Amino acid sequence: MPKPLIALLLAIAAAFGVSHYSDHFDPYFLDVLTGVGINIILAVSLNLVNGYTGQFSLGHAGFMSVGAYGAAAITVLLGPRLLGEDGGSALQQGLLFLGALLAGGLGAATAGLAVGVPSLRLKGDYLALVTLGFGEIIRVVFQNVDALGGALGLNGIPAYTTVFWVYSVAALTVFTVVCLVRSTYGRGFIATHDDEVASESVGLNTTRYKIVAFVVSAFFAGVAGGLYAHFKLTITPTGFDFTKSIEIVVMVILGGMGNTPGVIMAAILLTVLPELLRSVDQYRMVLYSLLLIALMLVRPKGLFNFDYAAIAGRLQKRLKGARG
Amino acid sequence: MSEFLQQLINGLSLGAIYALIALGYTMVYGVLRFINFAHSDVFMVGAFIGYYAGEHLPRGTVLGGMASMGAAMLGCAVLGVVIERLVYRPLRGGPTLNVLITAIGVSLFLEYAGQLIFGATPRAFPDIFPSRVIEIRGLIISMNQVIVIAVSTVLMFALEFIVHRTKIGTAMRAVALNPKAALLVGINIDIVISFTFALGSALAGAGGVLYALNYPSIDPLMGVVPGLKAFVAAVLGGIGNIQGAALGALLLGLVETFVDGSRWSTYKDAIAFAILIAILLFRPAGLLGRVSAEKV
Repeated sequence: MPKPLIALLLAIAAAFGVSHYSDHFDPYFLDVLTGVGINIILAVSLNLVNGYTGQFSLGHAGFMSVGAYGAAAITVLLGPRLLGEDGGSALQQGLLFLGALLAGGLGAATAGLAVGVPSLRLKGDYLALVTLGFGEIIRVVFQNVDALGGALGLNGIPAYTTVFWVYSVAALTVFTVVCLVRSTYGRGFIATHDDEVASESVGLNTTRYKIVAFVVSAFFAGVAGGLYAHFKLTITPTGFDFTKSIEIVVMVILGGMGNTPGVIMAAILLTVLPELLRSVDQYRMVLYSLLLIALMLVRPKGLFNFDYAAIAGRLQKRLKGARG
Repeated sequence: MSEFLQQLINGLSLGAIYALIALGYTMVYGVLRFINFAHSDVFMVGAFIGYYAGEHLPRGTVLGGMASMGAAMLGCAVLGVVIERLVYRPLRGGPTLNVLITAIGVSLFLEYAGQLIFGATPRAFPDIFPSRVIEIRGLIISMNQVIVIAVSTVLMFALEFIVHRTKIGTAMRAVALNPKAALLVGINIDIVISFTFALGSALAGAGGVLYALNYPSIDPLMGVVPGLKAFVAAVLGGIGNIQGAALGALLLGLVETFVDGSRWSTYKDAIAFAILIAILLFRPAGLLGRVSAEKV
């Protein structure tokens, strides 16, 4: 079996293990752990677009909301009918949740396609704005759909999300993104990022690469949204606004665009840090923004983006120096 | 008919405010080719300077109101220059994405620092201008609307004069056309860019005060939505094009006001973005923009 697949299966098994013994853990710890997992999915999937492919999307929260509302609509509106009055067995619930997550993800992917096809011809700033605008349109639409709670939001979503679900999806996201980018096909994403004109002149269809990256990323954002909805149990359109998109973008930038391990570390750091800094919560966004500016001025490649070869070289030199 | 005229006046005064903000976006884009995301928050700071100035100056007089607005314009001009000097200048010539992210960072910083300094709760804006309502044949025009339209017309003509009839304006246009050639003929690009920021931010400051007059409560996040819409207006008119920004803003103000008066009013905030997406699909250069081939 190839190594990444083994890693994926091991991660899922570990998630199942932790989830199985979840009664032994502190509920607060599990909450934070779940939050971290959902943010890992969001950040790693956004990294495919903003990092590897070099496009700038500010609408990730919009795709997340499509997934959240899609999945929640299925479990809340269809769930009671499918499961019957007794709520169904654990397996039935699990299958329903799986279906809901997939539907949410597919919904978000469709939205990603609908947004991506017209807007990915645009570059940089314009793409950022169109994705932002799209996120806002989605929000306004959900505020106007009464069946989904309108501006008040959707309540009474069943608590299906467990550590197992979150970390299985997180592992699957990392697996998909890493394998996709390392594959022969995936070189196209990096080529699009490095030099669009050069890629086009050797016959790569850069627009298609951008759309594929966008759709895959939107799919995982949608699944993350579904997990989020069944974790928070209540969702409102304003919960998925611009600020949420920015939070995910900050994770990607902090981790170093196009650097999956770094992005995972940043997602963990930026989810745990606010929990530790609860007493100074009002300073959080000020710190975030200063961090962003400082990073761009001082370390534009991200906090966790190390040049491993250079570090290894320096270490070797130092070792040699110590010996000689 | 009178309802139509009423909406027309409301739309024009909204559009005039959008225009003042859009001009700043379009000018900065013209010389630097990037979206100054922090512009909408400079607009917010302008409203707050107007608020604090209004507390100390005599209220309800034209002179006092003008003084408050002057203070806001001056304060914003300084803020704009400082932001450019400290943050954007070190990044000039760097990758567009980094500049964009930094601009978002500055924007968030102003918003949340504003929440710490000014407090997050909305507060009522004082009547710094004499408030009166003029009624002509069933048309209701508030004094504030008259002031909005008059002030923005004067400012737009002043801008037009500066850009086309003065030396620094000529330099601005030269830098917008070709920064390297401008440098070669001896234009100090740093000064021109600082001046552009000062001019754009001053207009945003005036826009902030005028917006606060018509929507009389202000808070640190008030800039986000008008800022985005003004940007849409700039793109609609053709980004980098000053007349285009004014035209786009007036159109957007009218469309929004008419949608607000129809049964689709709850979708009002989505209209601007729908227009943005449509314009980028069918005429990315905007209404008055020139279509230019991309050079490699």
